[in-house]
Amino acid sequence: MTGGPGGPGARRGARAPYLFVAPAVLLFVAFLAVPIGYAVYLSARGLRLTGGGVFGTREEVFVGLDNYVKTLTDPEFFAGFGRLALYGLISVPLTLGLALLFALLIDHAGSRARRFSRTAIFLPYAVPGVTASLLWGFMYLPSTSPFSYLTRELGLGEIPFLGAGGIYPSVANVAVWGGVGFNMIIIFTSLRGIPAELSDAARIDGASEWRIAWHVKIPLVTPALVLTGLFALIGTLQVYGEPTTLRPMTPEISQVWVPLMQIYRDAFLRDDLPLASAASVILAAGTLLVSVVLLKVTQRRASGGMG
Amino acid sequence: MRAGALAHQRARVLPTLVLLVGALYCLVPVAWVLVASTKSSAELFSTFTFAPGTGLLDNLRDLFAYGDGRYLRWAANSALYAVAGSAASTLISTLAGYAMAKYEFRGRGLLFYAILAGVLVPGMTLAIPQYLIMSETNLVGSYWSVLLPSLISPFGIYLARVYALSSVPDATLEAARIDGASEYRIFGSIGLPMMLPGMVTIFMLQFVGIWNNFLLPYIMLSDESKFPITVGLYTLLAKGSSEPALYGIAIVGAAVSVVPLIALMLFLQRFWRMDLLSGGLKG
Repeated sequence: MTGGPGGPGARRGARAPYLFVAPAVLLFVAFLAVPIGYAVYLSARGLRLTGGGVFGTREEVFVGLDNYVKTLTDPEFFAGFGRLALYGLISVPLTLGLALLFALLIDHAGSRARRFSRTAIFLPYAVPGVTASLLWGFMYLPSTSPFSYLTRELGLGEIPFLGAGGIYPSVANVAVWGGVGFNMIIIFTSLRGIPAELSDAARIDGASEWRIAWHVKIPLVTPALVLTGLFALIGTLQVYGEPTTLRPMTPEISQVWVPLMQIYRDAFLRDDLPLASAASVILAAGTLLVSVVLLKVTQRRASGGMG
Repeated sequence: MRAGALAHQRARVLPTLVLLVGALYCLVPVAWVLVASTKSSAELFSTFTFAPGTGLLDNLRDLFAYGDGRYLRWAANSALYAVAGSAASTLISTLAGYAMAKYEFRGRGLLFYAILAGVLVPGMTLAIPQYLIMSETNLVGSYWSVLLPSLISPFGIYLARVYALSSVPDATLEAARIDGASEYRIFGSIGLPMMLPGMVTIFMLQFVGIWNNFLLPYIMLSDESKFPITVGLYTLLAKGSSEPALYGIAIVGAAVSVVPLIALMLFLQRFWRMDLLSGGLKG
């Protein structure tokens, strides 16, 4: 073949790997790298009044870090993160905790109806978040809620699912419902990879099933737990569809309830693309940072614990 | 002896009970929407929510008649985005993952870290920048504006690489090379077949991801005839707060869209290779 460094490396088909990765690289550049670069560029731009007086025109100029300062000093943006944190504090531990619990129970030989439960709990994975929010929304809405129907019949009144006190658990519940099954399957698959001898040995030593789960199984599925935790975290930071779908049903969800909703408003309802870009860059960088820190910390702890 | 048997019994009952409660929790909303779809709009707000109604056929007629059959259009769009997007994306991911696992080439390390960063940056935060790129190239509002960004899946590439590392032996490839097969032929007749189980998993993850996507089509599209089901149902719900008849259509629409997907999921469940995911972190 032609060109390339001489010697045995320049063999026939040396171009093959480049051709194999070419479509992925092209798409990566076009839809990940370039958009990020463009967002960073745009985030340093802004509309400024030039000329002054009645004849002043709005012109796009370079404004440096103004948009970042504006975003980072915007109390509404931080309030959005606060609401997101509250939502995440409910949804992430519940999703992971329930996924681990169900995975252990399905792995536990003493449980019945394991196949049925596994399928049933996995089912919501097939339901889009928007559809799930719609279903739960109607189950929250006082006029159609079966739960509020029961409490009303019992003379207890309606459950304020969509009221000020209920809104965080209610939105988080949609995420838990949609996420438990998928995470359960990941953890369960990992549990099945544990050699049976380990549990058997502990059982012969008289350990209870809970002790075996706690001391043998859970430490061995830590990589799967880290992975599911990472997914849950990334999923939390990009929450958008669920609160947006529930919004027509309740006044408790504002237009800027979570950061992505505020970014959407700034970009499309206020036409302030530079500001929205700056907020997008902050959100993406923040997620990257949190993910890397989480991976580093858990890796160190895992190797420290084992070694 | 009796006490021991009793304790044994209890040890079985509690885990089973917890599992069944979990199953019930997951099934209730689906059961609710199926029941609610049988109700006329008068029944929807008056009868006990789990009591079946009498309006199923009317509801279905309303659903398919709404906006001149707009619902079927949305379903077809969702299918197009999900099937075409995930098929192409699976192939692209497989090619890239295979190359990264089985070849030494310049830039491989850089590419790997770029992919890893791509996995960790949430796709949704890129939606606005992607919109800007699409509007610069006049693609906003077209099918391409939703399809193209979903073709690149860093996580898919990552999984394909993990799978190629573990399931395509170097010795087999080397043997084929000695026999004089070209690299493309080796991939087509050895690498690709060996990676099929992994590809099925990547395909299904991508399929569900695209099918469930909301923000990307919501931002890119303004023409209702190009909407996927998620965005379509959302617009029904958003309009429904002022026009309650649309609530009924949204509920039937949700029920009709949930059924085939659940059936598909139940059927495909056995082909999933979830160990690919749980093992992915070690790779």
